[in-house]
Amino acid sequence: MADGNAHVAAKSFYEEGTTKKSTGITSWLFSTDHKRIGLMYLVTITAFFFVGALFGVLMRLELMAPGETIMGAQEYNTLFTLHGVIMIFLFIIPGIPAIFGNFFLPLQLGAKDVAFPRLNLLSYWIYLIGSVLVILSLFMQGGPIDTGWTFYVPYSVRTTTSVSLPLFAAFVLGFSSILTGLNFIVTIHRMRAPGMNFFRMPLFGWSIYATAWIQVIATPVVGITILLVIIERSFGVGIFDPALGGDPILFQHLFWIYSHPAVYIMILPAMGVVSEIIPTFSRRTIFGYTPIAMSSLAIAFVGYLVWAHHMFTSGMSDTSRVIFSLLTYIVALPSGVKVFNWVATMYKGSIDPKPPFLWVMSFVFLFSIGGLTGLVLGSITADIHVHDTYFVVSHFHYVMFGGTGTIVFAALYYWFPKMFGKMYNIKWANINALFYIIAFNVLYFPKFIMGYQGMPRRYYDYLPEFADLQMLSTIGSWIMFATLVSIFLNLYLAIKKGKKAHNNPWGGVTLEWQTSSPPPLLNFDREITVNHEPYDFSQLKELDYESK
Amino acid sequence: MEHVNTEHKTHSHGYGIYVLVWLALIALTSITVTVAGVDFGKLALPIALFIAAVKSALVINYFMHIKFEEPIFKVFLLLSGTTLLVIFILTFFDVFYR
Repeated sequence: MADGNAHVAAKSFYEEGTTKKSTGITSWLFSTDHKRIGLMYLVTITAFFFVGALFGVLMRLELMAPGETIMGAQEYNTLFTLHGVIMIFLFIIPGIPAIFGNFFLPLQLGAKDVAFPRLNLLSYWIYLIGSVLVILSLFMQGGPIDTGWTFYVPYSVRTTTSVSLPLFAAFVLGFSSILTGLNFIVTIHRMRAPGMNFFRMPLFGWSIYATAWIQVIATPVVGITILLVIIERSFGVGIFDPALGGDPILFQHLFWIYSHPAVYIMILPAMGVVSEIIPTFSRRTIFGYTPIAMSSLAIAFVGYLVWAHHMFTSGMSDTSRVIFSLLTYIVALPSGVKVFNWVATMYKGSIDPKPPFLWVMSFVFLFSIGGLTGLVLGSITADIHVHDTYFVVSHFHYVMFGGTGTIVFAALYYWFPKMFGKMYNIKWANINALFYIIAFNVLYFPKFIMGYQGMPRRYYDYLPEFADLQMLSTIGSWIMFATLVSIFLNLYLAIKKGKKAHNNPWGGVTLEWQTSSPPPLLNFDREITVNHEPYDFSQLKELDYESK
Repeated sequence: MEHVNTEHKTHSHGYGIYVLVWLALIALTSITVTVAGVDFGKLALPIALFIAAVKSALVINYFMHIKFEEPIFKVFLLLSGTTLLVIFILTFFDVFYR
């Protein structure tokens, strides 16, 4: 066995796979190696991200000037629906868990793979099938779906566009999410290296654990809801039709019972990545390990109790509105615990502002704006004024794109040397971070102002007084798209021509930095035993790392 | 090896219990249908849900073998069940006060 391990250590997972041939497309598509599966998700999800971003740019082009610019109302309806469906279901929900969870969770736990490698591959295939169904639905009779990503009834039952197939695609994608979550829960319970108890686990693991529970418990709810809409469209049973004894608001309850916790599926893993990056680049152990870990669980739990704050103007009972508004404020507490602990970690730290750290700082800034405007929306009276306006659009782009999206890039910059064994151009990455935060605010901040002034969301046209801010936002979308292309160009060139990365370029102390870059098939060339806290930087003296 | 033993133990209870559970489920379904005909006002829904919960408990414990499994499975199931209960209670604030 020792000989076998030594042999394995000589080759990276690119050179040695789990299939008979270690190269070629089949060695990837049928690989049960968590690292290869993570990279397959990276490629697929990035492709969908660019499609979604392109749709976003096209929407902004339409809104560049009042009146019809490049498309009509129906095309615009289709475009914002597809932008939402792709970005939510194909990019941001699977994003961090599927790419970085798959690649780094076993590495951080000192495990050889996830608990169920074949199930992991199945999850990827289900994701792929679901995404193909989304694409197929564009070409079905009736034309592409135009309901918005929330699929609200009664419109989704009545519209003649192709609704059932994309809904079914979301149903299929849900299974991928559930199976990934299940795999991670079992991996965390059963695969931790000897000596690594729950409280020696890196905080990324805790956030993935909390996320996985939401994936397993909440996703079936949306699955059932989607099936109910398909049944309604096919048979007209009347579940959501008041004329037949049904209730359209029931759909909104069911939809948000999943989709609000889903917001935490999106943001919790991002918070986990932040908790990894800040200690590494501050050279300081995390401040408040236990509160951060527990706040992940608290967010996951309280996240179940706030869904109806999406429905303040829907006509549900006043009692519900008051209760859900109150509960919404409570969810701000664990998020605040995290932000304050991150800032306290940096206090008196030896800060090294490398690209991953700069991206995390962008996150803290953008996410704080997103989070605080969320409190405006959580208050019933203010919400009634800005409900269904650009204010909401801006809020969730600050939270989702400014929060999770930013951290996808931070994670990519942080773990890229480990994943590919190559280093990207640091100066270029820093410039990208600067342009990103400028583009982001030019693109989305005007929407807060427009929303407050009454610009409704999902309209392809607007009154002339919004023209200047709309134009400004469109210019922001161009800078943003160019920045996104630049980010991936830098990384692509690094893969092709970048210089070889050190095994531990940032001086990290979690286990993924204690193996080669890229790691061998079974992750480590030795048996792992853990006898340190996860962010104990006194270990650095013994560890090999690239100094400044 | 321990696993094999547990597996064996669950199957050694005989099939009589399954028939009994099945009969109980049919009886409870009949009660649900009968109770639906009586006007209990706002209590009708909680009563129907209570009977459904008893039925689920029977299915989960016997047909799904959870009664004979390790405590960790029970903890996980309790967690899911509690979440569902909380979601039901919160939804009722809309159902009862609208």
